[in-house]
Amino acid sequence: MTAESIADPRTPVAPRRKGVNLEKYGWMFMRGSGVLLVVLIFGHLIVNLVMGEGVRQIDFAFVAGKYATPFWQWWDVIMLWLALIHGTNGMRTIVNDYVTHNGTRRVLIWALWIVAALLILLGTLVVFTFDPCLGVTPDSSLWQMCRG
Amino acid sequence: MGSRQCVTPRSFRPRGASQAPTSSSTSGRTAVSASARVTPSVSETTSRTPRGTLYRGHEGMWSWVLHRITGIGIFFFLLVHILDTALIRVAPEAYDAVIGTYKNPIMGVGEIILVAAVAYHAFNGLRVILVDFSKWGAKYQRQLWWGVIGLWVVLMLGFVPRQFMVIMAEITGGH
Repeated sequence: MTAESIADPRTPVAPRRKGVNLEKYGWMFMRGSGVLLVVLIFGHLIVNLVMGEGVRQIDFAFVAGKYATPFWQWWDVIMLWLALIHGTNGMRTIVNDYVTHNGTRRVLIWALWIVAALLILLGTLVVFTFDPCLGVTPDSSLWQMCRG
Repeated sequence: MGSRQCVTPRSFRPRGASQAPTSSSTSGRTAVSASARVTPSVSETTSRTPRGTLYRGHEGMWSWVLHRITGIGIFFFLLVHILDTALIRVAPEAYDAVIGTYKNPIMGVGEIILVAAVAYHAFNGLRVILVDFSKWGAKYQRQLWWGVIGLWVVLMLGFVPRQFMVIMAEITGGH
C-alpha cells in the first residue's frame, strides 16, 4: 500500500446499491416484532406456565380447549411467525459476525432460513388443522359431535 | 459520568515522556492526547492482560453478551418447542408423553432458566429500542441496563417461588 492508493478525501460518496434495503427492514423488523413478542410470549407463559397448575396442567385436552377459539389459534400462529423470523434473523446476525469463510457463511444462513420456513409451515398447519376429535372418548362432551 | 472516563493511574509514566508534557506541544497535538495513546507495559497495569488487548465495555458490553447468549438459547428451545407441540396433530398419547417430560422436576428447574433468559432478552430488547429511538436513551444506556436487571430480579422473585410450588406439587403428586 502506498499513499497514492488512498482515495482523495473529496471523492464523491460511492453510489448506494439500488433496490430495497433489506438490512434496514430487518433492523426495523427486529424492533417491531420484539415489542409484539414481549406481549405474546409473556401472555403465553402466564397462561400456560403460571396460572392454574402451571406446566402440570398442559396436556392434549388443555391445548384442545385453547384451540377451540380462534383467539388462541391466532395468538399462537402470530407468535410462531414473529418468533421464528426474529430468532432466525438474530442467528443470521451472529453467523455474519463469527463465520469468516464466505461459503460456510452462505450455507449456514440458507440452512437457517430453510429450517425457519419448514417450521413456520409445520406450525401453521398444526394450529389450523388441529382436530380435537383425535382424543375423543365416549365420556367426552365432544363424543356426539365427533361421531357425526 | 466521570467515573467512566479513562483514568490514568498516578504511578503511570509513559516511556520517553520524562520532560514536562507542555514542552512537546509544539508538534501541533496536545500533550494530553499524545500521552494517552501510549500503551503501558504489563507491569504498569493492574491487570494480567495488557491494556488495549481486551475490550472492557462495562455494562454496555455485558448487556450485549447476555442478549446474545439468551437469544441463542431461546432460539434452540423454540425449534424443539415447535416440534413437540406439533405432536398435538399426531395423537393425544404422543403429545401427552412428550409434554409430560416438561413436568419432570429437573425440567421444572429448566423452565426457571428459560423464563430467566426470556425475561432478560425481553427487557434488554426494550432497552435497545429506547437507546435507538429516544433522545436520552443512549446517554443513559448504563442506567437503563441496571433498570433491566432490576425488573428481571423482580420478575424472577415472583416466578421462582411459583414454579417451586408447581415442582413440589409434581413431586408429592398433590394439587
